[in-house]
Amino acid sequence: MFKIVKRAEMAGGTVIENKIEAPRIAAKAKPGQFVILKADETGERIPLTISDIDPEKGTITVIYMVVGKSTELFKTLKEGDGYQDVIGPLGKPTHVEKLGTVVCVGGGTGVAVLYPITRAFKEAGNKVVSIIGARNKDLLILEDKMKAVSDEFHVCTDDGSYGRKGFVTEVLKEILQKDTVDLAVAIGPVPMMKFVSAITKDFNVKTLVSLNPIMIDGTGMCGGCRVSVGGKTQFACVDGPEFDGHQVDFDNLSSRLRAYAEDERKAHEAFCRVHDAK
Amino acid sequence: MTQEKTKTEKIPRQPMPEQPPEVRRRNFDEVPLGYDAETAAKEAQRCLQCKKPACVTGCPVEVDIPGFIKHVADGDFKTAIRLIWEKNALPAVCGRVCPQEIQCEGLCIVGKKDSPIAIGNLERFVADTERLQGTGDLPAKAPATGKRVAVVGSGPSGLTVAGDLLLKGHSVTLMEAFHKPGGVLIYGIPEFRLPKDIVASEVATLEKLGLEIKCNTVVGRTVSLDELFEEGFDAVYIGVGAGLPVFLNIPGENLNGIYSANEYLTRANLMKGYLYPKYDTPLVRGKNVAVIGAGNVAMDSARTAMRLGAENVRIVYRRSRTEMPARAAEIHHAEEEGIEMYLLTAPIEFIGDDSGHVTAMKCLKMELGEPDASGRRRPVPIEGSEFTLDCDLAVIAVGAGANPLLTQSNPEISLNKWGYITADPETGKTTKKGVWAGGDIVTGSATVILAMGAGRKAADSIHDYLKLGW
Ligand SMILES: Cc1cc2nc3c(=O)[nH]c(=O)nc-3n(C[C@H](O)[C@H](O)[C@H](O)COP(=O)(O)OP(=O)(O)OC[C@H]3O[C@@H](n4cnc5c(N)ncnc54)[C@H](O)[C@@H]3O)c2cc1C
Ligand code: SF4
Ligand code: FES
Repeated sequence: MFKIVKRAEMAGGTVIENKIEAPRIAAKAKPGQFVILKADETGERIPLTISDIDPEKGTITVIYMVVGKSTELFKTLKEGDGYQDVIGPLGKPTHVEKLGTVVCVGGGTGVAVLYPITRAFKEAGNKVVSIIGARNKDLLILEDKMKAVSDEFHVCTDDGSYGRKGFVTEVLKEILQKDTVDLAVAIGPVPMMKFVSAITKDFNVKTLVSLNPIMIDGTGMCGGCRVSVGGKTQFACVDGPEFDGHQVDFDNLSSRLRAYAEDERKAHEAFCRVHDAK
Repeated sequence: MTQEKTKTEKIPRQPMPEQPPEVRRRNFDEVPLGYDAETAAKEAQRCLQCKKPACVTGCPVEVDIPGFIKHVADGDFKTAIRLIWEKNALPAVCGRVCPQEIQCEGLCIVGKKDSPIAIGNLERFVADTERLQGTGDLPAKAPATGKRVAVVGSGPSGLTVAGDLLLKGHSVTLMEAFHKPGGVLIYGIPEFRLPKDIVASEVATLEKLGLEIKCNTVVGRTVSLDELFEEGFDAVYIGVGAGLPVFLNIPGENLNGIYSANEYLTRANLMKGYLYPKYDTPLVRGKNVAVIGAGNVAMDSARTAMRLGAENVRIVYRRSRTEMPARAAEIHHAEEEGIEMYLLTAPIEFIGDDSGHVTAMKCLKMELGEPDASGRRRPVPIEGSEFTLDCDLAVIAVGAGANPLLTQSNPEISLNKWGYITADPETGKTTKKGVWAGGDIVTGSATVILAMGAGRKAADSIHDYLKLGW
């Protein structure tokens, strides 16, 4: 069992943070990599990008939004409980180097994944400009942490309840118009990554996106995580999870993410019914 | 003696009782039901107890076949299983999945005029009897040597190496990427051909012998090969299988409802998707299913889809029946269950609906032309033969490749041009000191028993190395 040593709720309980005891993984993990978790015997294997690593204490942190049955089940795990299986670190680490100015754009829980990468770019000596956004103030996560590792920091909410009203893409556009940017990193919902990539393409700024397709093994043996990049099929779990945003077929990714939408909706409803009754 | 012989020659091969096709095509219970003691003894009496048994030469691990059959004929099942164990650690598995018709039974002398002795059925019988009613007495272990061996991959090859080395007194740690040990036996071969509690019980036996199993350990990611040596392992065996899916590379292949056989079978078997929603992992249940390919993996996929309620399941294969690589028995089982064969047919495109789910597959009819490099007649498209097949689930089962995850970070291990590890066929030694390899990662997709045979040879070689050096 992989014990949860610390658990916190964010964004009004819709986002959960788990610090998990996994010394082997913590010793190895690098920003950009992910783990696969399975809560119990009958559970699904769910990939989550690692949002913090403490090699000394032997822990890793994951942050996830509660969206379906499996994450509802994860949510029921308390401090001291654990996951039956945690596998990792998987995927290629982010290639971090000193480039100059790096813009880090995060949306929703994508900010959790963006945070260690932002910190790594900052530590590598880059000027880091961060833009994070959420639908409203309550859904915003890791603001302070992101701020602490950024030279310039912007927040926006779709409804204007906090920071600037509007989308991260608007802020991004203004930055690209006035500054020279060497790299953009965009992590968040698929439509957001798609729009960010479209904008940076106009400005000819290389853009990394981190993709989160449905996975099983995470080792390149099933091909379930395949994504189309530059017209070629790639396996996100071993060739990614980061890819060149200008090459990714985001529409195919969105559609593949919905492969089990109907099953998921039913399972989620059934789980909540049983759980609420308890 | 002479009198007994004339009597035994009259016994026909004892048929294996099976679930009838119309019942089993909708359930996941095992298809063959197994012999009872009386039938087994009767079948065993058919064996001529050859002085130079041809059957043994057909067995990759050289089980003493007439020896164990004699014990079955005498009703001494306990001694029979222990004789098999001397050569084969997984008889309940092999009795079920080995291609006996081209191995032991294919060479059995009785088979020249009559049906061969049902060696596989007898092996299965004695293994099942031991599991269900046996004493559980474990084979004797040599005194501890203090040497530590890491085995990477828990398929039949890794399990064999582990079992052999434990008996020789070494301490063995098995590392498996998945959350359950067993390799293809757990994630690939379906429940109706190989019940998973049988695999679990074979693994449990090894644990009782002292095997330490570390699941969720992806060697090459969680820990590197070199770190294993740093952690104090004296030798490493790589048995990671041929875990790379092969796709067709035709338009529309990334639509939903199209799986590699690896994904489909892993969802169904390892994740128990066939028990969804009791288990959480969903899998697409098609009405019209196309399985592309005609090997055992294709048959397993097709029969799984049928059990999950499909109306039509079609095997789509670009060559003809004679070239189908699956075991004849599996093709027969599939056809009995209502699976149709679309032979000389090649898919060229998948078509989807607005939501991105596959709805149909465009195909071409083929004819056989001149032989190709493999010696098989090359399929050539027939002009103007294009047609469309409805399909809401497609499973691509056209083979597997070498997964580079582990090997790419270890340049000292040399690979062949397809990415499989080059290992000495006699010892399993790789080009890196202290590292052995065997099974599908060396041979490419093969069989359970060949993977086990490679494991046995490597275990002997590792044992010599631990005593004498490289
Ligand atoms: C659907 C299907 C049906 C089959 N039917 C038959 C049959 O009827 N009869 C027959 O004889 N053969 C059959 N085969 C073939 C047979 O299963 C294989 O030849 C055999 O399992 C190979 O054994 P192995 O030990 O080399 O590898 P595998 O069984 O493939 O096991 C390898 C294991 O290594 C693990 N692994 C991989 N990479 C790593 C890593 N980096 N770190 C840690 N662990 C890792 C994998 O997760 C896996 O568990 C079938 C195969 C399939 C797929
Ligand atoms: S070849 Fe056939 S008859 Fe002869 S020993 Fe083997 S199983 Fe018995
Ligand atoms: S998750 Fe199976 S290949 Fe990537």
